[in-house]
Amino acid sequence: MSNNLQLNSEGKLKHFLTIEGLEKQLLVDILDLAESFIGVNDQRIKKIPLLRGKSIVNLFFENSTRTRTTFELAAKRLSADVLSMSIATSSTSKGESLLDTIRNLEAMYVDMFVVRHGISGAAHFIAQHASKHISVINAGDGQHAHPTQAMLDMFTIRQFKQDFSKLRVAIVGDILHSRVARSNIQALNTLGAAEIRVIAPKTLLPAQVETMGVTVSHSLADGLKDIDVIIMLRLQKERMTSALLPSESEYFKCFGLTPERLKLAKPDAIVMHPGPINRGVEIDSKVADGPQSVILKQVSNGIAIRMAIMAMAMQKQESFDG
Amino acid sequence: MASLLIKNGRIIDPANRIDRVGSVYINEGKIVSVNDDHAGFKADKEINANNKIVCPGFIDLSTRLREPGQSRKATFASETAAAAAAGITTLCLQPDTVPVIDARAVAELIKDQAEKTGYMQILPIGALTQKLDGAELSAMVALRDAGCVAVSNANQPLKSLLILRRAMEYAASHDLLLIYRPNDHSLANNGCVHEGSFSTRYGLPSIPDAAETIALAQCLELAELTGCRVHFGQLSSRRSVIRLHQAKKYGLAVSADVAIHQLHLTEDDIIPFDSAYHVLPPFRSSRDRETLNEGLASGTIDCICSDHQPHDLDAKLGAFPETEPGISSLETLLPLMLKLVYDGTIKIEQGIAALTHKPASILGLERGALTPGFAADICIFDPEQTWEVNSENWRSQGINTPFWGMSLKGRVTHTIQAGKVIYLQDRK
Repeated sequence: MSNNLQLNSEGKLKHFLTIEGLEKQLLVDILDLAESFIGVNDQRIKKIPLLRGKSIVNLFFENSTRTRTTFELAAKRLSADVLSMSIATSSTSKGESLLDTIRNLEAMYVDMFVVRHGISGAAHFIAQHASKHISVINAGDGQHAHPTQAMLDMFTIRQFKQDFSKLRVAIVGDILHSRVARSNIQALNTLGAAEIRVIAPKTLLPAQVETMGVTVSHSLADGLKDIDVIIMLRLQKERMTSALLPSESEYFKCFGLTPERLKLAKPDAIVMHPGPINRGVEIDSKVADGPQSVILKQVSNGIAIRMAIMAMAMQKQESFDG
Repeated sequence: MASLLIKNGRIIDPANRIDRVGSVYINEGKIVSVNDDHAGFKADKEINANNKIVCPGFIDLSTRLREPGQSRKATFASETAAAAAAGITTLCLQPDTVPVIDARAVAELIKDQAEKTGYMQILPIGALTQKLDGAELSAMVALRDAGCVAVSNANQPLKSLLILRRAMEYAASHDLLLIYRPNDHSLANNGCVHEGSFSTRYGLPSIPDAAETIALAQCLELAELTGCRVHFGQLSSRRSVIRLHQAKKYGLAVSADVAIHQLHLTEDDIIPFDSAYHVLPPFRSSRDRETLNEGLASGTIDCICSDHQPHDLDAKLGAFPETEPGISSLETLLPLMLKLVYDGTIKIEQGIAALTHKPASILGLERGALTPGFAADICIFDPEQTWEVNSENWRSQGINTPFWGMSLKGRVTHTIQAGKVIYLQDRK
């Protein structure tokens, strides 16, 4: 879906809302552009003037220090003016007042919204109703999509593994509630990964998850065999109170990634995590801080990827305006 | 009152096993005869129904008019006009109005209001529990005496199975019909779409079909225990049809309806995040839809209802899970039923029966048939006329329908209520 919504009439990126429906080449273009920005982050003056004079508003209806910070830094390194707003969802629970918020900001001549919202579909809704010239970047909507996270994960995988077509990737943990898992599954399928395996108890798997193009395992011991990339997911505390799991310790016992378990995967397997990590719940500190972990690399790459996506969405705008 | 002759139409009256071209004679608001040669009958008015189908007026088992209480969404006037244009002559009003239809005064207010502003027979369904709170029984006998045709808790949960058991026992003592939409609220867990590949792909809160089938199975058990007559409303899942078939074979006094849109759309048809598709029960899998159609064809499902729920624009403006569920569906009822006929799913007399004498017999009404002496409630429609669902052709105040912009075949030309023409298609 949303091909029409995400792309302009020339097929260029206008909004970035979900991985679904985007061509492989577009994803590769994003990765390539991000790669060219990596150098900027190493320079003494970490700025390029690509988005000078543009105004970007980070609209965070859900808290996230890390994602918001990397979006902010990405915008600043592209020389855009950026404003971050944290909005309590209670004041905008109705669609009309969410739209009012958007209209008010539009009246201040904003060029781009970066939106994080707790409800699936919120970014689509804003993209559908925002003025034509505005780009919307989805920084996570409910349990639906987190496409910039998926792209930075793909970027990190490519840095270490190059060829997607040979890769077996395991995603471990709370798939049911994870927008990161959904976007990663779609990105890996688009880029042609050999196998995507989801590993979780049934309570944390959505219905008919195999229809997304994954294989399913309920055991870490079986599931990690021949795996090149392990993506661990964060386990929220509220999963225990809603009877999805008995306890953190039992979860760790079954699905926690320990150094011993890591040995079940390929010897050169990399370990990823979208953060923030729960040490001793889904991952052992020895693994999180160990030689196979690329978790901090993911964070650094997040800036370059978000620069690339913002630049591409704005590029469309230049040709659109002119 | 004037006399009326409808001639040259194809008369389809399933209750009386009539399907032939002929005339309907009406006098003093009642059917005089069908197709007898009334040489001496002097009609004050004649309708030529050449190339049209003449059938009993439709009886809709589940409608929301949004009055009293929510007139920003719709009004008696707007929705009864829409219903008349849809060939409907009798509407059953769900009790979840504001205030709830849980007292004689509210039921009477609705009947009064309906008579003043509306065109048709509006039959309130009384609340099963006070304020629909699911805890304390409403005064069901008083509600019946005030004109309620059945009792229901609409979409609200009952606090326990014990409450349901007692409500059913009490209803059975007074021979009241329970209308029950089976839905286990804890399993439904505030979901907004069917639990399946669609909910998984889009990360939307989901409702498993078991939320319906478990509640249905419980209610069937209680129907046997209490002897209460039960009509299940708006079934959506395959296994509900199978259970219902077994229960009927076993001899329980149960019946069921399906909302017209469930017979057409599935989760695969949902345009992602388009709130026009947000409806409860949700659109399920294609297998569910197929079995619902089979159930209608075999008679396991007795009736088709509109499950009309008009909304204002704001109610549907938002991220999908935050929008209000429901479809404005009066005016698409006939063409969508006919589509099933054109597709070969059902025969036309089955479709008409599901909208006329079957709901009438479930409610115990002397309507839904062209039987001499019955009120002359008649729908005349042109089965070949195509029309587009757009603001020019639409009367309901709610434009919340996934069929908006589509071209549909089959259109009502006349609706007659008790011998009086309440709708006449305006031919441009």
